[in-house]
Amino acid sequence: MANDTKNIIEEIESGEYKYGFTSSIETETIARGLDEEVVRLISRKKGEPEWLLESRLKAYRHWLKMPVPQWAHLDIPDIDFQDIIYYAAPKPRKSLSSMDEVDPELKRTFDKLGIPLEEQMALSGVAVDAVMDSVSVKTTFRQTLAEKGIIFCSISEAVKEYPELIRKYLGSVVPYTDNYYAALNAAVFSDGSFCYIPKGVRCPMELSTYFRINAEGTGQFERTLIVADEGSYVSYLEGCTAPRRDENQLHAAVVEIVVERDAEVKYSTVQNWYPGDKEGRGGIYNFVTKRGLCRENARLSWTQVETGSAITWKYPSCVLLGDNSVGEFYSVAMTNNFQQADTGTKMIHLGRNTRSRIVSKGISAGRSQNAYRGLVKVSRDADNARNYSQCDSLLIGDKCGAHTFPVIDSRNPSAVLEHEATTSKISEEQLFYCNQRGLSTEEAVGLIVNGYAREVLSKLPMEFAVEAQKLLSISLEGSVG
Amino acid sequence: MLVVKNLHASVGDKEILKGIDLRVNPGEVHAIMGPNGSGKSTLASVLAGSEKFTVTGGEVTFLGKDLLSMPIEDRARMGLFLGFQYPVEIPGVTMANFMKIAVNEHRKYRGEEPLTAGEFLRMMREKSAIVELDPKLTSRAVNEGFSGGEKKKNEIFQMAMLEPRLSILDETDSGLDIDALRIVATGVTRLHTGNNATVVITHYQRLLDYIVPDYVHVLYKGRIIYSGDKSLALKLEKEGYDWLINDYREEQQ
Repeated sequence: MANDTKNIIEEIESGEYKYGFTSSIETETIARGLDEEVVRLISRKKGEPEWLLESRLKAYRHWLKMPVPQWAHLDIPDIDFQDIIYYAAPKPRKSLSSMDEVDPELKRTFDKLGIPLEEQMALSGVAVDAVMDSVSVKTTFRQTLAEKGIIFCSISEAVKEYPELIRKYLGSVVPYTDNYYAALNAAVFSDGSFCYIPKGVRCPMELSTYFRINAEGTGQFERTLIVADEGSYVSYLEGCTAPRRDENQLHAAVVEIVVERDAEVKYSTVQNWYPGDKEGRGGIYNFVTKRGLCRENARLSWTQVETGSAITWKYPSCVLLGDNSVGEFYSVAMTNNFQQADTGTKMIHLGRNTRSRIVSKGISAGRSQNAYRGLVKVSRDADNARNYSQCDSLLIGDKCGAHTFPVIDSRNPSAVLEHEATTSKISEEQLFYCNQRGLSTEEAVGLIVNGYAREVLSKLPMEFAVEAQKLLSISLEGSVG
Repeated sequence: MLVVKNLHASVGDKEILKGIDLRVNPGEVHAIMGPNGSGKSTLASVLAGSEKFTVTGGEVTFLGKDLLSMPIEDRARMGLFLGFQYPVEIPGVTMANFMKIAVNEHRKYRGEEPLTAGEFLRMMREKSAIVELDPKLTSRAVNEGFSGGEKKKNEIFQMAMLEPRLSILDETDSGLDIDALRIVATGVTRLHTGNNATVVITHYQRLLDYIVPDYVHVLYKGRIIYSGDKSLALKLEKEGYDWLINDYREEQQ
């Protein structure tokens, strides 16, 4: 731990966003702009069946009629949707059939990011699907997983190889009518990951998708679909980085999770998209829709550590449809400099004896604005629903803002709903105490923040937790004077 | 080891320390006593480097270096330890983790390698025994949910871990029952060597039954108005401060 801390300090001193490099990979892009022809072009490039093209077009036409959502506590500049490139793909030298054929520059990029694409790195026990710009470049461990009947591949491949599963589940949890960015995603999504765990199977390793934006001027619209069939279990990790650029890049993803009867899914995210510079120039707009549907006795747990992006707009949610299903949301959202975040969750209790738990830890520093927005909804038939919500805000400095918008909508008198909220600052006394024991102020703040976020970090898989701890300290760079 | 010359310090416009002179040598134990509000805790905080106070005059050398120009953490790493009157809580940070970072920061300052996990755990076990601190407390968050007695034991445990040259203990005896007082005071005495020094700030002579001081100073309105040996503490216990204060007033007039 002390070594980690030492490294953190060194990293704080040596630089800011360490994933800000670009890779010179030959990229195939289409022209900027969006119309029906672009939607058709994307579909054609991916060799998609007619039904998927139709569904894209329906989504596109619906999107045209929708207003841009304005309700979030965010100051979002007008986005020119005609100035975005909707498809960018690293040019493959030929069709990829083995690791050796992957562009060495691409391999180097993922090496730099610490993403093990080589199967030899089996030691780390994580199967990875890497998505560069718009397309999935490599999925590892497919053979091992296939032996258990687990499908883990890019969504484009899944469309070709498992059309009946995709047709059944795609858009079943987040329909294209859901919201503005979900509609846009349904129209132009280019790739993402698909994962299917068969009945009764416990996935033996963590599955991981790694998203990377590389090409300039592009938007990234991935689509992730996870189906955990009856009685199965999977733990899924998602990580994101992007190069440092003065322009803002749009990332509008959709994640859909179907948790069938008695199944359990854990979904962990460490979101570290480029947050923009100290003056608030550049950075990713991260507008994401994530939702899971829980059948009887199912359990879905979202854990997120959000440190990146110029603007974050996301509310990973649980629809607790089946009786006795459980939804959980553990979140650390940290904003610094001019970052803005409006994030939280929705717990929709539909079944009887459904339970949900929300633990949200916001950390604001610099001139950033950080909002928690949550909805706990208990329907008329959801007897004995229970929710516990805890929303804490930590302020560092006096120019940042923390806001909470918790909404409770209960239609059933048997519901038991608890809500706790705190707002705190790192006190001078805490810093003095740490300094007096020989810790520098940066070190002390990193330690106090990690302690504050501990309950959430402890939900992450081990290696991810260590990474997230470092990230929290690094993201605070320059926030204490 | 510590030389304080004509030290003045204020909080806002209010001057609290009005010219303190103090010299502490290795192997010595000093007690600082005095009525409430005389500036005892302020003196401790100013020496440790608290930014709540502004030093408006005087100088302090510690181990030959200009103490007042050093950041708080370097004063600590050089071997200045402050036992807090009100130790703060740091939620979610375990005592063990906190101490591991602190100990290794001290070691780094001295150019030593960080301790291995094994060495560190052994050290924690040994040192927690000195103050009979329940070893389980080291896996709990720093001071969180600790009783008054546990917090004070925990301060002396940290002192044992960090092996300071000079320890300033700010009312370490306040809020302790008789058994806890004995344990804490015995712990401090066991840590005392010919190479380090201790300054205890206290209201009560009973602490000094265990930690026998070489010098007793009386602080009043920001000045040390009287110094003596351990018999002074006994006299103060019996007679209070009035006789000293009256003498002092007469002198001033």
